[in-house]
Amino acid sequence: MPLSTQGYRISEAKMMTETGEITIRTDEKYRRKSPFVDLWKHLKRNKLAVTGLAIVTVFIIVAIFAPVLAPYDPYKQDLTIRLLPPGSPGHLLGTDEYGRDMLSRLIYGARLSLLVGFSSVGFGLAFGVILGLLAGYYSTLDSIIMRIVDILLAFPGVLLALAIVSALGPGIANVIIAVGVWSIPTISRVVRGTVLYIKEMDYIAAAKALGETDFMILFKEILPNCVSSIVVYATMRLATAILSAATLSFLGLGAQPPAAEWGAMASTGRNYIFQAPYLTLLPGFAIILVVFGFNSLGDGLRDALDPNLKNAL
Amino acid sequence: MDTLLKVNSLKTYFYTIDGVMPAVDDVSFEVMRGETLGIVGESGSGKSVTALSIMRLVPHPPGRIVGGSINFKGDELLTKKEYEMRMIRGNKIAMIFQDPMTSLNPLFTIGDQIIEALVTHQDLSRREARDRAIEMLKLVGIPSPEKRVDDYPHQMSGGMRQRVMIAMGLSCRPDLLIADEPTTALDVTIQAQILELISEMKQKMNMSVIIITHDLGVVAEVADRVVVMYAGRVMEYGSVKDVFSMPLHPYTRGLMDSIPKIDVNEDRLKSIEGTLPTLTEKFKGCRFKDRCVMADRVCHEEEPPIVEIDNRQVRCFKYI
Repeated sequence: MPLSTQGYRISEAKMMTETGEITIRTDEKYRRKSPFVDLWKHLKRNKLAVTGLAIVTVFIIVAIFAPVLAPYDPYKQDLTIRLLPPGSPGHLLGTDEYGRDMLSRLIYGARLSLLVGFSSVGFGLAFGVILGLLAGYYSTLDSIIMRIVDILLAFPGVLLALAIVSALGPGIANVIIAVGVWSIPTISRVVRGTVLYIKEMDYIAAAKALGETDFMILFKEILPNCVSSIVVYATMRLATAILSAATLSFLGLGAQPPAAEWGAMASTGRNYIFQAPYLTLLPGFAIILVVFGFNSLGDGLRDALDPNLKNAL
Repeated sequence: MDTLLKVNSLKTYFYTIDGVMPAVDDVSFEVMRGETLGIVGESGSGKSVTALSIMRLVPHPPGRIVGGSINFKGDELLTKKEYEMRMIRGNKIAMIFQDPMTSLNPLFTIGDQIIEALVTHQDLSRREARDRAIEMLKLVGIPSPEKRVDDYPHQMSGGMRQRVMIAMGLSCRPDLLIADEPTTALDVTIQAQILELISEMKQKMNMSVIIITHDLGVVAEVADRVVVMYAGRVMEYGSVKDVFSMPLHPYTRGLMDSIPKIDVNEDRLKSIEGTLPTLTEKFKGCRFKDRCVMADRVCHEEEPPIVEIDNRQVRCFKYI
């Protein structure tokens, strides 16, 4: 149903009369529709975003229902069926060097990626949003917080995470912290930028004139206005987080063997790259697919949530 | 009539990299209970900063209230603690802003925003506050308020939104309403309606109003007394009747002459030549001297003091 700019739903009715067909349009006011309905309306027009959403949904379902979906135990070794190629009976995607089912390992790998992705971005959001709000709202705190953020930003991407993991020691929990810390500076910058814009709005002045406290203004007036940019950025950030966690695991700093983690799987598969290239390629494809999914969803969300950017980017 | 607000030699300065800017310099005026005071002046004359000073909402840095006193119902506002000021803002003194298009948060329904104003200051449940909000919307002339209360700001026109802002400002029944250019962003027919609404509300609630504007027509229509400000100073202060029938200060006269007359055919609209002076450097003499048609040598050397002539005040050497 077409939407007019003023928030009216236009319904059309066709009528046959003696002089021909006429169309009656009625503008009927709609009330309190869910913001998700509106978001979906915008999102579904964008094919890439819908593809991204589908990939992300499948990925999340696979991760949650891994024990149900996986045909075998991902850690069960059977040296009699080592390095079966994909398409082998009973093992759709083949087996690895210890005879473990590749499909099951990939399915369980989705769990780890999802865990690392969401918890590290959650970690980054928890600190980044607060820092961004404070920096944007209080000009005295701004320069202090932003200089610290600048220091963190000065490190080239993965290097910072690498340094943190080296300091804390390898392991999934430390990867989450490392990737999370690495997300803080950019998230706080995004939030700060939005706050700087929103706090100049007249409704913030009006809120002050109504006697609202700084706390209320920050969390009830400003933060809700930042949500859309936070959602867009967090979605994109999930892709980066999953990719960097896989990178760290590939380098041997993240998940340790025998963990079914895509980066770690690609890393051990490297030894068999000539005999069994699928051991490296399949986890690689899985990473590409998920990263692509989150990125296209993020792009689509940005277009849907911010109509002003639609043509600009 | 007793005095509700007494502002005495208020000084609000802005400390910028270019130096100290006296945005409000030695401004004094009174607002009686039930009275409407108009503050007129061009952009940059310090009228909005005066309003923000009364609310103690001057952006700091760079602004700061450096002197004077603001007495509201017998209480000194300038020595109040921040939390005490919050009890006054929106509750005893309410403010409405120029642009109704941006002074409502786009993410919340207008009902939510009025309810927020109510529960901040009054001991009301959300349900009671909602009923009060609907009542207020009805009072300011919003049709079918029980439906419109759930509307988002973008579903309303500019005039409607200004009505909502007034409803929000008046929801706690303040003693003083400060309206900062409440009609500037609205078209002319709506302007008249909003001014009428403000006057009507003033009567109904027995409150005082400070109306800030650059439009002399607005002042003539609603105000009882008027303060004419120029470059941070009060140039003339008196009852609307007196000031409009016989403006004393050359600046006020210039403003009056700038209003196009309907019965005279003019090719060019009259204006006051020049712009506001930059006050950051050591400024000497009357602040209006460079644009004044009657400026003398003395005007360039000394600043005239404010003098009282038949119940009104004027700052010009001509009357000393």
